[in-house]
Amino acid sequence: MSRTLFLGAILSSLVILAALLSFLWTPFDHTAMNIPEKLQRPGALHWLGTDHFGRDIFSMIMVGARTSLAVALVAVGIGMAIGIPLGLTAAARKGSWLDELIMRGNDLVFAFPSLVIAILITAIFGPGAINAIIAIGIFNIPVFARVTRGAALPLWQREFILAAQVAGKGAARISAEHILPNVANLLIVQGTIQFSLGILAEAGLSYVGLGAQPPTPSWGRMLADAQTMVSLAPHLAIIPGSAIVLTVLGLNLMGDGLRDWLDPKLREGRT
Amino acid sequence: MSFRSILFAAGSALALSTAAAWAKDSVTVGMQLEPPHLDPTSAAAGAIDQVLYSNVFEGLTRFMGDGSVVPGLAKSWDISADGLTYTFHLNEGVTFHDGTTMDAEDVKFSLDRARAEDSTNAQKALFADIAEVTVVDPMTVQLTLSKPNGNMLFNLAWGDAVIVAPESIADIKTAPVGTGAFKFAGWVQGDRIDLEKNPDYWGTPAMLEKATFKFISDPTAAFAAMMAEDLDAFAGFPAPENLPQFEADPRFQVLVGSTEGETILSTNNKQAPFDNVKVREALAHAIDRQAIIDGAMFGYGTPIGTHFAPHNPAYVDLTGQSAFDPDKAKALLAEAGLPDGFETTLHLPPPSYARRGGEIIAAQLANVGIKAEIINVEWAQWLETVFRGKTFGLTIVSHTEPMDIGIYARPEYYFQYDNAAFQALMTDLNGTTDPDQRTAMLQQAQKIIADDYVNGYLFQLAALSVAKADLQGLWANAPTQATDLTAVSWAK
Repeated sequence: MSRTLFLGAILSSLVILAALLSFLWTPFDHTAMNIPEKLQRPGALHWLGTDHFGRDIFSMIMVGARTSLAVALVAVGIGMAIGIPLGLTAAARKGSWLDELIMRGNDLVFAFPSLVIAILITAIFGPGAINAIIAIGIFNIPVFARVTRGAALPLWQREFILAAQVAGKGAARISAEHILPNVANLLIVQGTIQFSLGILAEAGLSYVGLGAQPPTPSWGRMLADAQTMVSLAPHLAIIPGSAIVLTVLGLNLMGDGLRDWLDPKLREGRT
Repeated sequence: MSFRSILFAAGSALALSTAAAWAKDSVTVGMQLEPPHLDPTSAAAGAIDQVLYSNVFEGLTRFMGDGSVVPGLAKSWDISADGLTYTFHLNEGVTFHDGTTMDAEDVKFSLDRARAEDSTNAQKALFADIAEVTVVDPMTVQLTLSKPNGNMLFNLAWGDAVIVAPESIADIKTAPVGTGAFKFAGWVQGDRIDLEKNPDYWGTPAMLEKATFKFISDPTAAFAAMMAEDLDAFAGFPAPENLPQFEADPRFQVLVGSTEGETILSTNNKQAPFDNVKVREALAHAIDRQAIIDGAMFGYGTPIGTHFAPHNPAYVDLTGQSAFDPDKAKALLAEAGLPDGFETTLHLPPPSYARRGGEIIAAQLANVGIKAEIINVEWAQWLETVFRGKTFGLTIVSHTEPMDIGIYARPEYYFQYDNAAFQALMTDLNGTTDPDQRTAMLQQAQKIIADDYVNGYLFQLAALSVAKADLQGLWANAPTQATDLTAVSWAK
């Protein structure tokens, strides 16, 4: 296992652990306001200080991790659940009108800057975590459809697929039984990267007020709230900002590491 | 003369000449909102008055910084014994910025235009009691009222009642022509509006040669622009959390004054369970005002217990009647048949008093079992769903119009309070001119709405401005939306 993968895995699991732990325990109630104790610096009682309402920032970061991970996870899930079958279908029917329809549809979605459309969706259907998930999910569909199709196409020329065809298996069965397992590695890597992009997108939407609504803590909104207080209490911005950076960095490193580790060609090259 | 004294003389001459060259006769004032256009008589947007009131446009009467109403274009007036006829004597020698004379015809034109059937004036109610405007002679104009109105001189001081000229009315939205101490010099949309001194002003001339209003909506950018001294002042500074830094900096002064903005937790009185006065009373006791002032406004603001400005002589302090008492709130909810609380919505418009105050209130309400779902909205959405659509449970908003307790006499107004006794009292008030009687009636009105717990009364919004330490003459208070620069100057 490479150092990249190791570091990425450590960072990512820290975030996941913090999120899971927050269901059972946080140092303080993350919604409990204590206004006389607002804007405290990190210290022994409040490890990461308190925000402008006197809430414990460490607890908010923990619960915020939950929000970020949940939104990104479900959004990537949506992208995979819809994108992968589309990609497999397009590859199986390469050159047909169905292939064209799927891929041009993908181009259409791809043509719009994802965050702008996410803002449009949440502006129409109202802000909130659910709509943020849907908005981010929609933009994961073409990513997975393309990656799946691209990886599946050369497989259709391979002997074992031809053998399966000769054995009378239909395109749907071949896709599910032979193509999918062989593109799974690639999809896992892509999933990790999309996951980190999902976390960024969630933070972006929350920053402009379209993500999870208060009192549910969200890293993006913590940043937005801190904006006018940067000169007064810089830790209010630095802490959620670092949380976002470290999480995204961790997931990206893990994605990179996984790609190296899972890719047989690269692995052979190393040994 | 020794060499040293020559050097000294040369040095002081240099110092003098630079001081003269740098003597400041202009000012750049920042503000958050840019006016949509420049006609104060045809829009509700406060930003228009914020730039033009008193600087460019004047009315028959005008507000001073302390909220008093003094003569403006009218130097004096006589009121008939029955209170139905107001005769205004205009100042001599007043000209508009385009050189035309301001006379009684212009007054008649302006008031008739404001109160006309098809007028787009945002405050037509100010003129509702005027039956007729008559030109007696060029320097005298007479207002005949349909019924006595003790507020008439106050009403005529509003930015919506300024005097405009028929000659220049066509282009007023882009090239305003008034009678003020400053004239309009230019507007770079999205950036700034320039004014310059009116050399032919009829009254005390302005002390500044030039004034620029710069529009900076982002609080962080406003802070940076002030700190970098790109601005000389910021009227209505949007981030109270930054004020201590200005206070600690000898380059700046912070002006903390009063506004006419009653910040309230508006409650939909027609929506269950808020149609039950016990539930509204429970709301009032569930709220900790001081926590909201400290948390949302960093301590700036005065608690209120009714819909009335605390700096007004007729104000009654009723905050004790709705003191923070969560146990009492729970008991009242139980009495109302809602021992487990209930769910409602809390619509929050963009200003930080609403967004931050809303988070605090939602947490306080949760403590007594009321689950208020926060819905952040932009102003356009707020006007659509809350103000016009009346589909809301709770909302937070600051009512910035001066002396606006009369909105409680309008059952169709968005919080839908319908009390015949209160409506009758307001009708009586409008027909009363005796100051003592008016005060008693206003106090009674404050008590009625506090007893009915119509809305949650939070705090009076503070007027927060930052300026360079040597800039003097700015209004600290905001009795109306205005940035009156006519008396502003740099300390020598």
